[in-house]
Amino acid sequence: MKNTIAERILDFLKHFPPFDTLNTEELFAISKEVIVLHFEKDAYIFRQNNAINDCFYVVKDGAVGIYHDDNLVDQCDEGDIFGLRALIRKDNYMLDAKALEESIIYAVSSKLLENIIINNNEANQFLITSFATNTRNPYAETDKGALFAYDTQAQKSSSNFTEVQSASFSKNPITCKAKISIKEAALIMSENKVGSIVITQQKKPVGIITDKDLRYKIATGIHTIDEAVETIMSSPVITFPPKITVAEAQIAMLKHSISHLCITQDGTVDSELIGILSEHDIIVIHGNNPSVLIKEIKHATSAKRLQEIREKAHNLLANYIEQHIPIAFITNVISAINEAITKRIIDLSIAEMSTIPPATFAWLALGSQGRKEQLLLTDQDNALVYEDVKNSNDVKHYFLKLAKAINDKLNTVGFELCPANMMGSNPKWCLSVTEWKQQFEDWITRPDEDKMMLCNIFFDFDNVYGNQHLVDDMSKSIFEAIEQYEIFLNFMARNALKNPPPLSFFRNFLVEDSGEHKNQFDIKARAIMPLVDAARVLTLSKNIKHTNSTLERYQKLADLEQQNKDTYEACANAFNILLRFRTQQGLKHNDSGRFIDVNHLSKAERLKLKSCFKPIKEIQEVLRVRFQLSQLM
Amino acid sequence: MRWFKNHTDFPEFYNRYLDTFKHKSKDVESVRFVVFDTETTGLDVISDRILSIGAVGVTKFQIHVADTFECYLNQDTFNTETVKIHGLLKEGHISKIEERQAIESFLNYLGNAVIVAHHAAFDVAMINASLKRMNLPKLKNKVIDTGELYKKTKYVKDQKNYGLDELSDLFKITKHDRHTSSGDAYITALLFVKIASLLRKKKKGLKLRYFFDFNGWF
Repeated sequence: MKNTIAERILDFLKHFPPFDTLNTEELFAISKEVIVLHFEKDAYIFRQNNAINDCFYVVKDGAVGIYHDDNLVDQCDEGDIFGLRALIRKDNYMLDAKALEESIIYAVSSKLLENIIINNNEANQFLITSFATNTRNPYAETDKGALFAYDTQAQKSSSNFTEVQSASFSKNPITCKAKISIKEAALIMSENKVGSIVITQQKKPVGIITDKDLRYKIATGIHTIDEAVETIMSSPVITFPPKITVAEAQIAMLKHSISHLCITQDGTVDSELIGILSEHDIIVIHGNNPSVLIKEIKHATSAKRLQEIREKAHNLLANYIEQHIPIAFITNVISAINEAITKRIIDLSIAEMSTIPPATFAWLALGSQGRKEQLLLTDQDNALVYEDVKNSNDVKHYFLKLAKAINDKLNTVGFELCPANMMGSNPKWCLSVTEWKQQFEDWITRPDEDKMMLCNIFFDFDNVYGNQHLVDDMSKSIFEAIEQYEIFLNFMARNALKNPPPLSFFRNFLVEDSGEHKNQFDIKARAIMPLVDAARVLTLSKNIKHTNSTLERYQKLADLEQQNKDTYEACANAFNILLRFRTQQGLKHNDSGRFIDVNHLSKAERLKLKSCFKPIKEIQEVLRVRFQLSQLM
Repeated sequence: MRWFKNHTDFPEFYNRYLDTFKHKSKDVESVRFVVFDTETTGLDVISDRILSIGAVGVTKFQIHVADTFECYLNQDTFNTETVKIHGLLKEGHISKIEERQAIESFLNYLGNAVIVAHHAAFDVAMINASLKRMNLPKLKNKVIDTGELYKKTKYVKDQKNYGLDELSDLFKITKHDRHTSSGDAYITALLFVKIASLLRKKKKGLKLRYFFDFNGWF
């Protein structure tokens, strides 16, 4: 029977997650069982402690507010789902759902959806589970869901992603018959300028001769050039299907001590030869990878050249993001490239100076560079430290000049000069190690809002170039000063709470806790920095040294505090998602990716971002309790 | 008189239909409403014919999509003028059934439900005309007309006839599939639920009979 009403409901549902992952048949089965509900403004769909209904709800028209003890927790508009968590929990409703406007709501039978998910595929199961359980820990390993594009820890094992690329091989292999002479074969090889020739029989590979065979078996006089190729060919050949990955190829070559693999139609010796993959091809593939870029950086002799290489790194970044390479890996690669560029610039700058440095020094990257979390090109934040010397004026003069040269070159490469002048060429941030210690001590023992901002940037320093002892000394002084003056951490924690995450998204707006609506979302200030700041103050309080990156910090914290492990892992995951999101935005709009127009976010993107707000709230609560901030605020 | 015909003279389906009236619910919260609409070849109850019937069930003032009815009828009479409105051609690709079969299925589905339709008199008359051609008595169901229901809420002073389009706009109902029987039945169902909600807000403990007898209860 034709069912026009169900079809119309399907047309609506298919635009929204998780329904958009179901096929038409499955979605139709759900649509034709929908119950359409109507609620006047202020009417309750369900109330706290009500027994659960055997369905969950989708807003068709209007808007629904979700409340916990009269506090607005979430706002749902067209296409949003609610009432699913209680179903999964199989317990009474814990929240109120109230129509904010006159609303039409679709009630979807949970059983039907479950059936379809069970009969459909695992991915959907995950999707629903993660969708439903993000009250607590949506990031637990078992809850990985496609919907939220998790940056999983598990993916980290693939340390070098080029290994899993499929290897591109030479498509027109040079071949010959088994009976021709070695000389003839060598002539064909020379003519075609190749290092190998495959001996075929009815297009199937039976053996191979490489330059190495000619060197070992002919030039040594063991065989003569008039013998048939079959007498010296290596046989049988090692074959693979066309879809071979770089890793498979490398392993096969190592295992068999060979340098060439035959690619055949079905991967066996009994099918047609379609290509040949040599060790050289593998090297070429690796040519697109970061280690090659770093090699190029080391050989660059001008800032202009470094700028070209940095552009390549930018393309690499875009590829990584597109290929969903884990953020932890991407940040490592891009930071390594940035660091290599800076080092090269320092070398070039020192060479330009009339004398060698008059004292040992270190160049420090600060802020996101220091945390190795800078993916897009932003403005530079750096500082310089030099050893304590007697003739300090001359020494400082030298290093200021050097720093100026470094800052200018970094600017040429694409790291714009810092508008707040937080750079090594600023006399304030080009100091001897003792001056730095005094500076830190001042910030820690006499904190105010401005100094706190400086702490947040300077405490994430990373030694890019120079004397590690100086840098260790600086780190040590921070921990010592904090030990003397622990109240500093409370100030720092309070500062970390300055920016609570937004409440939710509603229609084309970002909803604040106050109920205010905004159409722009500052992903840096409202989501990324709160996570970064919380990680910093917690690691300082736990005396965790030598970890700068936010991800590492949360991992260390999770190891140390089992009771908050879930929260810390959730934070690490949220950080991954947010950083990837910001990078994507930046690549798309060719800007810093910081300000996001809510209007342009899809439903799925909003859900993804919203899932990150929860752990931010949780970590801020941890800070509030731990540093007893309710009294301070 | 045909009305008093012995049950044994009726086809089995009609007796089954009659049997459903042995148990009638008077509770507005549990009674089943069937909101329906017909598309016809024209507006003449005698000469025109039903092209399609669309209906959806409403219980507890919730629209149950699982409780829908939709059928398309084979035609002898054909009016090219109305095709422009409902788009139902004589030889469409939707599977069609004979009038007899359509009426049997519809009564089977309808049972003792309270009928709701917009300008219900016409749609009910069309079904009754079909029944008459089958030598069967008229529908026995109680009928609510959403047009009348709206007027009698006294939200408006004038007593003109409100069309489905007009009321849809007034109640902000999206007009999907307008001029298909199922589409119109669904729009009417939404309209019914919304008007009922207004009535229930005005009058606590609303009884079913108020839906048929409005006079002087505000």
